[in-house]
Amino acid sequence: CVCVTVSHSQITRLYSRFHSLDKGENGALSREDFQRIPELAINPLGDRIINAFFPEGEDQVNFRGFMRTLAHFRPVEDNEKNKVLTPGEPLNSRTNKLLFAFRLYDLDRDDKISRDELLQVLRMMVGVNISDEQLGSIADRTIQEADTNGDMCISFNEFTKVLEKVDVEQKMSIRFLH
Amino acid sequence: MEGFWAAFFPVLRIWFTCVVVLIMLPAMFGISLGITETYMKLLIKSLEWATHRIQRASRAEEILKHSASNGLIQRDNSSLEQEIEELRRNRPKSAERGDFTLSDVLYFTKTGIESIVEDDVTQRFTSEELVSWNLLTRTNNNFQYISLRLTVLWGVGLVVRYGILLPLRITLTAIGLSWLVIGTTMVGFLPNFRVKGWLSELVHVMCYRICARGLSATIHYHNKKNRPKRGGICVANHTSPIDVVILANDSCYAMVGQVHGGLMGVLQRAMERSCPHIWFERAEMRDRHLVTQRLRDHVNDKTKLPILIFPEGTCINNTSVMMFKKGSFEIGGTIYPVAIKYDPQFGDAFWNSSKYSMVSYLLRMMTSWAIVCNVWYLPPMTQQEGEDAVQFANRVKSTIAQQGGLVDLAWDGGLKRAKVKDSLKEQQQKKYSHMVVGDDSSD
Repeated sequence: CVCVTVSHSQITRLYSRFHSLDKGENGALSREDFQRIPELAINPLGDRIINAFFPEGEDQVNFRGFMRTLAHFRPVEDNEKNKVLTPGEPLNSRTNKLLFAFRLYDLDRDDKISRDELLQVLRMMVGVNISDEQLGSIADRTIQEADTNGDMCISFNEFTKVLEKVDVEQKMSIRFLH
Repeated sequence: MEGFWAAFFPVLRIWFTCVVVLIMLPAMFGISLGITETYMKLLIKSLEWATHRIQRASRAEEILKHSASNGLIQRDNSSLEQEIEELRRNRPKSAERGDFTLSDVLYFTKTGIESIVEDDVTQRFTSEELVSWNLLTRTNNNFQYISLRLTVLWGVGLVVRYGILLPLRITLTAIGLSWLVIGTTMVGFLPNFRVKGWLSELVHVMCYRICARGLSATIHYHNKKNRPKRGGICVANHTSPIDVVILANDSCYAMVGQVHGGLMGVLQRAMERSCPHIWFERAEMRDRHLVTQRLRDHVNDKTKLPILIFPEGTCINNTSVMMFKKGSFEIGGTIYPVAIKYDPQFGDAFWNSSKYSMVSYLLRMMTSWAIVCNVWYLPPMTQQEGEDAVQFANRVKSTIAQQGGLVDLAWDGGLKRAKVKDSLKEQQQKKYSHMVVGDDSSD
């Protein structure tokens, strides 16, 4: 279950937003509904982000699922403010934020990032501006740097190690104005 | 049954006389009896009282603290380059290799999620959210029962709007439009003397004034000295078809548009008889060359009225100005920019054409409290040396946005219906590639 506290007015406004995106008015968003947001459509990783909202094999996300995904981006300080004692980790913990980012790379959801997957994501981000060979060598170097157990893939632990100095809490958080 | 009609007719006659004497005649001659002013004062007082009640009722002070932009989330305005630099800061830098890190993806993720929660474009195609309720349920998204007195006030308002104001306004609009058709046809029979032009303008302005009363429109014009002159092109931001009525209340314009059938067609043909407007057949509109040529011919003829064009090409919700299509700016001639800003407190003028048809839109207009707007005439502008049509269009757009207090967006209003162009995504990818491999020269 989702154990992240959100204020009443924030839920109302997010529901308003969900509703305005839901052009078919059937209580669920499809991938096309997301694509209609121009700023998202021009984002190179737009498709991967949209994918994060949809559980495996499904084409529709309801408001619960929408909030669940967005909950990953709550600022971490808010948990301390509210002193919620929940079993397990809240969705917006540093680990879960990193897991969200990891899953953007992990296309087949097998808990490791292979060279191929890394290449595909890189290609999405750079478009046609970099040659295959250059991209390949970038991918190789990245895996070399991160891989500690020699399986030529990046596992979640290795991923966490690479990003240990990055301020993930701040970079993966969205601040509400009220 | 007969008794009912016998009683009804005198009532109807009195009603008509009242309407004509108290509203129509003063409207036609541009004088005001002060009825509207009193109504507006009463309205403002009631709305202030209502707001006060709502604020009292919600003990949390969240409503009062609404930021000016009414935004939902905090957004940084830093660029892609700045953000990615920051993400990479903690990594040991190595100049020879391609500078890619696994953390780069965080930038795109954050901006992507931010745009899902709140984006600059899609919100422009729905009505603006009000900070405080104005006693119309249609504008209140978070309707909660606050108090009995408020509900009673709302109920009274409902009765007044639908029972009194609506029939009144429909009557006025019907009179206004029929007078337009009859008047322009009559003027059309006159031979081509100077008097004809003067009479035609008089008829047009009178009819638009009646129609404006039919919407309870209160318009404040600023800088009348900059009013568009003959041989010029007037451009304005577009919020609804009512913009035409608002602008034509003060000055006479030549309209540009597509030929319609039905009621619109009757109006168009009637208007055409008394003074030249520019109506295009649907097929002709595709030929941009033809369109530009006809407009140019009209502009070059200094005896003809200034053309009125809305370069956005579609209705936007009056919180922002979107991309101006360059077609109007390639014609040559002087551009007279006009900024129109509606006050959303009294009624939402935006026409959401995907949600409401023209008829239900007009019905909504006529059952609002009033339409209050400000019109600013801006100093004329011409294309400068070395400036192309797109730059000129953007310059005019910024002037209008600044005057009207609107957000100046570069996005195309056509995104209301169409998909965004791939080239914009490619631009983003190109920018990011620079961060990965550096400039081409260093490779």
